[in-house]
Amino acid sequence: MTIRSTLATLSCVLGPLLALPAAAQTLTLPGEELATVETAQEGVNVTVTAESWNDLGIAIPAFATNADVATPANSSGTGALGVELARVVFNDLRNNGLFRPVGPDSLPRPGYAQITSPAWPTWQGRSAEMLVHGYVRANPDGRLTVGCYLYDVALEDELVREGWVVTPAEWRRAAHKCADLVYSRLSGESPFFDSRIAYIAETGPKDNRIKRLAIMDSDGANHRFITNGQATALTPRYSPDYSRIAYLSYQDGNPRIYVYDIDSGRQTLVTESSNPTFAPRWSPDGRYLLYSMAIAGNTDIYRIPATGGTPQRLTSSPSIEVGGSFSPDGSQIVFESDQSGTQQCYIMNADGSNQRRISFFGGRCATPEWSPRGDQIAFTHIVGDFHIAVMDTRGQGMRTLTNGWQDEAPTWAPNGRIIQFFRSGRGNEDSAIWQVDLTGENERRLNTPLGASDPAWGPVLP
Amino acid sequence: MRKLTILIAASSVLALAACKKNPPEVLPPVQPSTAPTMTPAPTPAPTQAGPVAGSQAHFANAMGGRDVIYFDTDQYNIDSQDAAALRTQAEYMLQYTNARATIEGHADERGTREYNLALGERRATAARNYLVSLGVPEARLRVVSYGEERPAVTASNEQAWARNRRAVTVMMQ
Repeated sequence: MTIRSTLATLSCVLGPLLALPAAAQTLTLPGEELATVETAQEGVNVTVTAESWNDLGIAIPAFATNADVATPANSSGTGALGVELARVVFNDLRNNGLFRPVGPDSLPRPGYAQITSPAWPTWQGRSAEMLVHGYVRANPDGRLTVGCYLYDVALEDELVREGWVVTPAEWRRAAHKCADLVYSRLSGESPFFDSRIAYIAETGPKDNRIKRLAIMDSDGANHRFITNGQATALTPRYSPDYSRIAYLSYQDGNPRIYVYDIDSGRQTLVTESSNPTFAPRWSPDGRYLLYSMAIAGNTDIYRIPATGGTPQRLTSSPSIEVGGSFSPDGSQIVFESDQSGTQQCYIMNADGSNQRRISFFGGRCATPEWSPRGDQIAFTHIVGDFHIAVMDTRGQGMRTLTNGWQDEAPTWAPNGRIIQFFRSGRGNEDSAIWQVDLTGENERRLNTPLGASDPAWGPVLP
Repeated sequence: MRKLTILIAASSVLALAACKKNPPEVLPPVQPSTAPTMTPAPTPAPTQAGPVAGSQAHFANAMGGRDVIYFDTDQYNIDSQDAAALRTQAEYMLQYTNARATIEGHADERGTREYNLALGERRATAARNYLVSLGVPEARLRVVSYGEERPAVTASNEQAWARNRRAVTVMMQ
């Protein structure tokens, strides 16, 4: 729990320091006092519509440093690290089709003093509407302080600033927090870059494919394999606090859900049963797990406390009920059932009561996932080919977002604006993780070291 | 399209019936001639070294392809062809009383992963139930679903998918 302890420490440090004068337009260098500061500048509320995001130019030059010091984050020094930080911010903002950022490799590098006092003519001359400045400083205790500032170039005004103290190993998190700060301030949406993804890495032909549990940051960095591929692993789900991953493994020859503890590396069966269990899902508060279990060929959905205990059977029809995704408040579950003859989406209360079908458009409705915002449900729409689609919670307003041959298993970004899924190809082609925003217009493939499937996006890190 | 849906719905009702423990309508005449007690059990005849009776090689050899049964899309009912194959399997199991089998249920790739796990389980269970109805002791049969994870054929076309929607009986050593 290094993250948690670091952040706890951070808020202790920050508490007394918030008294820094907000309009720090002087040449006061960003020193100890700049760890985190919320500025309350009235009258510069920028509300940007989705259509205009694409046109908003944001300059993101290299982050400055007070003294170039080698750290475990970058042996070349904090100067080089400052370039890396700006690149991460740039890639976050660029890769989601939201803005028109320009990165550090094609911009002049500001000096340390300019971080709080931008050279306005330089940026106005580059027709940048927004300017991100940042700094990185090595602290005597070995940690790094990273500051992030967003300026409106035309107004020559600061919009927001924030700072973070991180361990060198977590330097990218500071950059993601900076990208989140910029994104949230400009779009009015909740942040999502500082988050992680669990997925299945795949290699080999389809009839002998090696499938390994793996995790990575939302931008694909800090990639790590968790299982070695000897047993097929499928369908991971991060616990909301990122401490555990529930996933399916054939390690004893049967499909069973295990709950893997990331710190200890130990795992336990979700429930002691000789029946196959699959399709694990966490409740939003992390207190419960859903799983699907087949008894004598009949699959139903069960709920069990995450700490173990007596499972509660939520569905009981002789058809296949599988999966399930909680509403953000934990009161309802959307799931799939073939009781009508084909896979369709249903909603029930979290105790299994009041089950009702919501999908009545053509085709099949599979793998429904409730948006973290609560207003939409993403699902796999099977109409010959497999597409990612969304609908509201009454099954109305269905919209198709992707158009692949087999696009499957959506998972929401923590802010409910972007959906990841995996796209399979014909024959022995590799699968890959893709993402698309809610407009359906900005689609891109994530870089993973191998083929990839079954993505599961976790919440924003605390 | 609608007609198809109705057909699917209707046939899945039938399939459900087949999934229950009660034997299917087309119950085959079980030959009591292969009563387990009377089996002469031609276990490794001290002739040449062929596959041992009850081993996978011996079983596959004896089945000549009838160790696999096939299903229509999303279906798990046992049709007459499947029934014939399962009868052959049952006769083998009743003849070689030491034989224990795993029935693997599979789905084609044109389904979502978790549904396919449930579907594979359904198919393997349908095959197992049929074998049990023919007198094979339940304790000698194990079921496992591989969903879409282990296709027999890796092409992506109707013929390949038809060969992948299957239940395979495999001897446990």
